[in-house]
Amino acid sequence: MSCVVGIDLGSTTTKAVVLEETGAILGRGITNSRSNYDLAAAVARTEAFINARFGLIQQRAASAIAATAVQKLRRAFVLEQFLHQLRRLEQLMQEEVQRSIPAALRPAYERALEKVCSLILDEEEDRFTQPPAARSDFFRDSAGSAFMRLAEEVAGSHGVTFDRLVGLYDKCIIRVENEPLELDFRDHIGEALHRIGDPIELAGAVDAAVATDLTPAFTVGTGYGRARLPFPKEQIRSEILCHGLGAHALFPLTRTVLDIGGQDTKAIQVDPDGIVTGFQMNDRCAAGCGRYLGYIADEMNLGLHELGPLAEKSTRTVKINSTCTVFAGAELRELLSLGQKREDILAGLHRAIVLRAMSLLARSGGVSDEFTFTGGVAKNPAAVRAIRELVEENYGARQINISADSIYTGALGAALFAKRMVS
Amino acid sequence: MRSAVVEWARELYEDLDFSAVHRWLNDNPGSKAAGYLPVYVPREILHACGFLPVGIHGGGDRLEIIRGDAFYQSYICHLPRSIIELAQSGRLDMLSAVLFPSTCDVIRNLSGIWKLLYPDVYVRYIDVPQVSDPETATTFYEAELRHVMRDLGEVSGHVPDDAELFQSIAVYNEMRTVVRELYATRRERPWDLPTEELYLLLRACEVVPVDEFIVQARRYLAAVDSDRRRPRDNSRVVVAGAFCEQPPLGLIKSIERAGCYVVDDDFVLGTRFLTADVSLAGDPVHALADAFVQTELRTSVLYEGDSLRKRRVMKERAEAAGAEGVIFAAPSFCDPALLDQPMLRKGAEAAGLPCIAFKYSENTGQFQQFREQAGTFADSLKLWNAGAE
Amino acid sequence: MAQKEILKDRSMILQKEMIARHFERLEQAPANHEPVVYTFVPGNLTELIRSFGALPVLPEINALQSGMRKLSGDYIAEAERAGHSEDVCAYVKCDIGMVKSGNIGPSGTKLPKPDLLLLSYTGCYTFMKWFELLREEYDCPAVFFHVPYQGDGKLEPEHREYMIRQLREQVIPALEKATGRAYDEEKLRENLRLSALAEDDLVAVLQSGKLKPSPIDGYFGTVYYVGPIFSAFRGTEEGVEYYRALREEVYARAAAGLGPIVPDGSLDDQRYRLVVEGPPSWTHFRDFWKMFTDEKAVVVASTYTKVGGTYDFGFRHNPDDPLGTLADYCSGCYTNLNLPSRIEMISRYIREYEADGFVINSIKSCNSFSAGQLMILREVEKRTGVPGAFIESDLVDPRYFSQANIKNRLESYFQMIESRRQGSGTGATVASDPLTSAAVA
Repeated sequence: MSCVVGIDLGSTTTKAVVLEETGAILGRGITNSRSNYDLAAAVARTEAFINARFGLIQQRAASAIAATAVQKLRRAFVLEQFLHQLRRLEQLMQEEVQRSIPAALRPAYERALEKVCSLILDEEEDRFTQPPAARSDFFRDSAGSAFMRLAEEVAGSHGVTFDRLVGLYDKCIIRVENEPLELDFRDHIGEALHRIGDPIELAGAVDAAVATDLTPAFTVGTGYGRARLPFPKEQIRSEILCHGLGAHALFPLTRTVLDIGGQDTKAIQVDPDGIVTGFQMNDRCAAGCGRYLGYIADEMNLGLHELGPLAEKSTRTVKINSTCTVFAGAELRELLSLGQKREDILAGLHRAIVLRAMSLLARSGGVSDEFTFTGGVAKNPAAVRAIRELVEENYGARQINISADSIYTGALGAALFAKRMVS
Repeated sequence: MRSAVVEWARELYEDLDFSAVHRWLNDNPGSKAAGYLPVYVPREILHACGFLPVGIHGGGDRLEIIRGDAFYQSYICHLPRSIIELAQSGRLDMLSAVLFPSTCDVIRNLSGIWKLLYPDVYVRYIDVPQVSDPETATTFYEAELRHVMRDLGEVSGHVPDDAELFQSIAVYNEMRTVVRELYATRRERPWDLPTEELYLLLRACEVVPVDEFIVQARRYLAAVDSDRRRPRDNSRVVVAGAFCEQPPLGLIKSIERAGCYVVDDDFVLGTRFLTADVSLAGDPVHALADAFVQTELRTSVLYEGDSLRKRRVMKERAEAAGAEGVIFAAPSFCDPALLDQPMLRKGAEAAGLPCIAFKYSENTGQFQQFREQAGTFADSLKLWNAGAE
Repeated sequence: MAQKEILKDRSMILQKEMIARHFERLEQAPANHEPVVYTFVPGNLTELIRSFGALPVLPEINALQSGMRKLSGDYIAEAERAGHSEDVCAYVKCDIGMVKSGNIGPSGTKLPKPDLLLLSYTGCYTFMKWFELLREEYDCPAVFFHVPYQGDGKLEPEHREYMIRQLREQVIPALEKATGRAYDEEKLRENLRLSALAEDDLVAVLQSGKLKPSPIDGYFGTVYYVGPIFSAFRGTEEGVEYYRALREEVYARAAAGLGPIVPDGSLDDQRYRLVVEGPPSWTHFRDFWKMFTDEKAVVVASTYTKVGGTYDFGFRHNPDDPLGTLADYCSGCYTNLNLPSRIEMISRYIREYEADGFVINSIKSCNSFSAGQLMILREVEKRTGVPGAFIESDLVDPRYFSQANIKNRLESYFQMIESRRQGSGTGATVASDPLTSAAVA
């Protein structure tokens, strides 16, 4: 089956989309961006192909029983990938113990690490038997939070320090992330099938999916880090063009696109064919971008995804005048010390970010119908609400589109450019 | 009585919809309002042509900027984006003319933006003479003012004769007298006349008819005389640099609450640009030009031809006000204030005046750092004085 | 071909020699008792200064050279240590820092102290303060020449009179006093006549940007071309000779169908024709230029190359009206024009030079240029239907040049133009016979 791939190398996440010749989406993949750009791109792409193959299995699994089995298989596959990485992480940490821990202390650290990792493994095995619950897709996040929690429990009883365990983890997680691991479909599908008891109703579908040839005919890269992709120039497109075309593909009536990403904010105008006719990006400081919310989350000791829902609880928005990331911490502490509520401050911060975006929209030519909002911040309910209000106030009623898959907009656009190159 | 006047002024200050201007326009059918930007324009001409002169400042910390940022990069001061916000939200629609004096390149270029955005409004950039020769300077400025007056007369439908312009000059001379009295009283008894109140009055003077301001200011002065307060052990300071983009009221309050008596400042400087009364003899336009050229005021928006004078200016101001130190409070990205500051500060420090400096913007929302700085400064001035005695 | 290369070399060698000679002469000026006058590029009165036998020094040129030689960062830091704000013009800080660090000029020679600061206050508020600051450093006589802003888009007769009067009553007496020589109007007329000759040739060079391919880069390349006429060499024989040689050289390239010499060679295959508004970033001049040439973009016209005079709309120095013509010249410098005039000028360039787009390089230092550029962007797009790009950087403050950011934006911009072309079915820029255009006739 001929396909094309688009890769969007962002500042926080790297995304990949695989398209069929017809333009239909076969699969999507995402990973956290890291210092090794090639690898981030390779991981995202692998994930997209895995996703594509599961899609193929799904298509063939006609019966309801089979459909449920596919879901289960998917989870088993994810678990196998996780365990594979966990084994590698443990191996690296044990090697690091030999290198950096004084001989007298080594046995204690060896045992402590073994314990922590086996506890994580147990948790994961247990988790698999429970109903699915949401959590981060990235090994770094899920393994990291479990490691911190369990290392704290284990450290005391094993006569080692928590700080040193964390030090070992920090050093090795980076290496795990930056070395190519075998996470591909063929590597783990067998184990995953075995784990769920090799259900007979899936056998044919899985074999067919494994056998399907998915060789990409063309790949186009985009995003903040695109210049560092090992691609020749004709395989690189600006994120502006890709976001414009991607948004057009998701919502064909789109004329204005706003993308608020980690590192920059883009306001884009497109014509009825999705061709960019004008754009503006934020000025040289990252004020008012997703990264700003990241700082705030750190400052408040919250997860990034918790900010929006908390801001939604506000009853009285605090006015924030500065979206300067440098001053964000100080300003926040002063407001808190003045007795302002966290949710009210957060509501103000979200509004402030959206105001910056509004001025970019105005610079780029305003908000035309339909308006599509993309990027990581489009997942944040408080930001979405502020956008809705301000667009309505300033431009009147507009159809506002937000796709659940909006994070893949740039990669989708890149894949569409790849498709054009083929045809 | 005092509080009634202050509340009157505060209401005007806080009203971003310029209701007072709209009321005046309703009460005076057929009349028009004309705006002007900082720092100085001769309001007498607007007044004599029948306009209500309206000083345009930004919306301060009360206005959320939605459209204004689309016009200005982040490294340009806050004022013009705030003014654009006011204008684009329709709040300045009642102005038939807007004057942009030569204050800096940002305000100069804003005149061009105005021409493009509001082609039906009369817009004029008013250059000011920067040359040292008084005769050349007066000739130029006089021609400039005649040009503006002719144009404005066409807009309002009334070109004033000399007698009418002299009448306007007389009223504004009275305004200047009252403002001088306010400043003198604060200088002598800063505990009786807080800068916050003085500032609100000056801001009121920017949006109400001049005679109304004079009445209120006189009432206020009388109230201050009958409402004596106890002096505190505060330090006396000059606050320099805030002549165009105005600081938020909270900043002024913070300086006072931190233990500083402001005994001289640059706030709403246009009201005090002319240091002497304008002559009521001869030709009125010439008199206005001459008063500008002869002003004793030294400000960053004018070229200082005399380097000794430049070095002396802060010392002179501090001496005249009986101040012990100088606070340079300049708007962020303000070319006139910030380019001048090293020279002014050098002169002040050479004269033994302790100085501190900070930057603000009109929508600065947090004052903790200013309170701390001004408080430490006030304390150090006291220690300094105790040591000197 | 070989001959053309020689011609190219000739103008560059000429310019190098002229500048080196000038700075050597400046270094020797105190010993030779040659008076020195400091002044600014916009509204510079070089013919008048030279008519008194005085040598001009231009602080902005020194600052931009410091930027190109990567010295500006240290100079700026020096000035900021002395109390200058991070917020204000980096040219001023670079210059003040250079003075404080021994006043070694661009060619490595020491600059003489001024005998007179001639502040021609034209189109830039900062100049006024800059000279007040320099006066503090040098403690020397200063004369102020006020050029009123063209707020209503034209030179008003009273303003012209005001300038002539200042020249007669303030500037000339100050020059007489500083140089010890009497005003010689015949000498001034002669200088003005030479200026007009050089200006004719410069305009021919500038307008060759209308050709396809353009034999010049109207921004990066042209900042070199305007160097002599914007600084010390207007109204000199050397200047006339330089512009004659340059014109011949550019015409030869045009006749051969060649593009301009750019950092990587000759840019003959030109994919994008652009108009640029705003000064360049001197600290990263070549990197910045390469961001254009890597995409085969040539600049066909720019506004920055008009800060020292807008000759391409017909103005020439007129020896028959020596003081009046100086007033006209100063008033017409680009930064002294109001926003509507600037918009009209950029729109005209886009139409007349058949540009595919325009780029605004918004400079943090320079409010005279930058305040209102977003309005310019919007208006020019509206009037011409051509999309604009907006980037931000600084003149000589290396902290304000974000390579990745600017490159990203320009790449996106060029790709947008390309995709619009493909989308609308119009082809790429078509090369045409270089000498059929009226510009070079």
